[in-house]
Amino acid sequence: MASELHISISAERVFSLGPLNISNSILTSLMVSALLIIGFLVVSSLARPSMKKPHPLQNIFEYMIQGFYRLIQGITGDHKKTRLFLPFFMTFFLFILANNWFGLVPGVGTIGFRETETGTEQMVLLQHEIKTPVALAATATAQAPAEEAQLENNLVETEDAGGELGITEEAQANPEEHQTSIFIPYFRAGTADLNTTIALALFTMIMVQVIGVKYQGLGYFKKFFDLRNPIMFFVSILETVSEVAKVLSFSFRLFGNIFAGEVLLVVVGSLIPLIAPMPFYGLEIFVGLIQALVFAMLAVVFFTQASASHEGEH
Amino acid sequence: MYTELAIGLVMGFGMIGPGIGIGFLVGKALEAIGRNPEAISKIQTNMILGLAFTEAIAIYALVFALILKFVQ
Repeated sequence: MASELHISISAERVFSLGPLNISNSILTSLMVSALLIIGFLVVSSLARPSMKKPHPLQNIFEYMIQGFYRLIQGITGDHKKTRLFLPFFMTFFLFILANNWFGLVPGVGTIGFRETETGTEQMVLLQHEIKTPVALAATATAQAPAEEAQLENNLVETEDAGGELGITEEAQANPEEHQTSIFIPYFRAGTADLNTTIALALFTMIMVQVIGVKYQGLGYFKKFFDLRNPIMFFVSILETVSEVAKVLSFSFRLFGNIFAGEVLLVVVGSLIPLIAPMPFYGLEIFVGLIQALVFAMLAVVFFTQASASHEGEH
Repeated sequence: MYTELAIGLVMGFGMIGPGIGIGFLVGKALEAIGRNPEAISKIQTNMILGLAFTEAIAIYALVFALILKFVQ
């Protein structure tokens, strides 16, 4: 039973644009981005400040943005900073939230195609990566015929009958095809791919440095190279390490939560397919919201820390 | 063979800390709600945020276990 599950920790290639491999997670991310951009363009075209009665959509978005404005105002305590950080917060939050929830749409991760090694050209590296989990899934469905064919093949070969060449070729082709045939879903939640989350985390941490320089000038980097005394030097090393560790913790937190949620749903669905996965779906919807909020809030907290001068502390 | 043992150890030891942490967190939050029931909404939001951070530590262990299991 367990061998039927299709679980792949890395995203898989769906098609290639020249030298660029388009993986299923990047496809989903692009779709989500397009949806978000189109949605906001529609809302901004509907929004008319002069109108006496605002459009209902405008109302909803104003309510949402006001709520987040108040939330960030509570963290920064400064309206100028809030106006600067709010776009980042909203972008991160909506992108991550939409990606998390997109992964829960039925059909994402289950609708796909089978690809054989011989059928289409496959990047060697990607193939090597993919082989393990998918070989398991493929053998579950194809084990019986493959084994039969293998047996037949052996029999024919040992008999060495010249007349049955056609059958031999067929039998040889079949197990080959079944063993390398791999299942690739068309879509995979963008945040269930470590590449996406690392990209988001790197962007956040680089933005933290940019905001530090913007508010404190180049003196911001003093906290990483502090040579005033040995203790401060040691502290500055710790600061540098913690800056790198933040990237890891950001990316692993988001990726782990979403990917673990997918694995959980797959496992529960394979054990009891009928009603049991429903509460887990509810849990995953909640986790998706919480993780999006945590990522965006933490980013704003780090922005605020970087923008505040450290001189008062020492 | 050692990989399976490693997966078990990672999950087993990795869950201890977050388990204790979540217990403390929810216990203290409930205590606070008991003392000041009017602040329930504020305490609840912050508790859930804290839970997400604590849970994330367990998730790190889970990610390592998954990487050990599914990456050759």
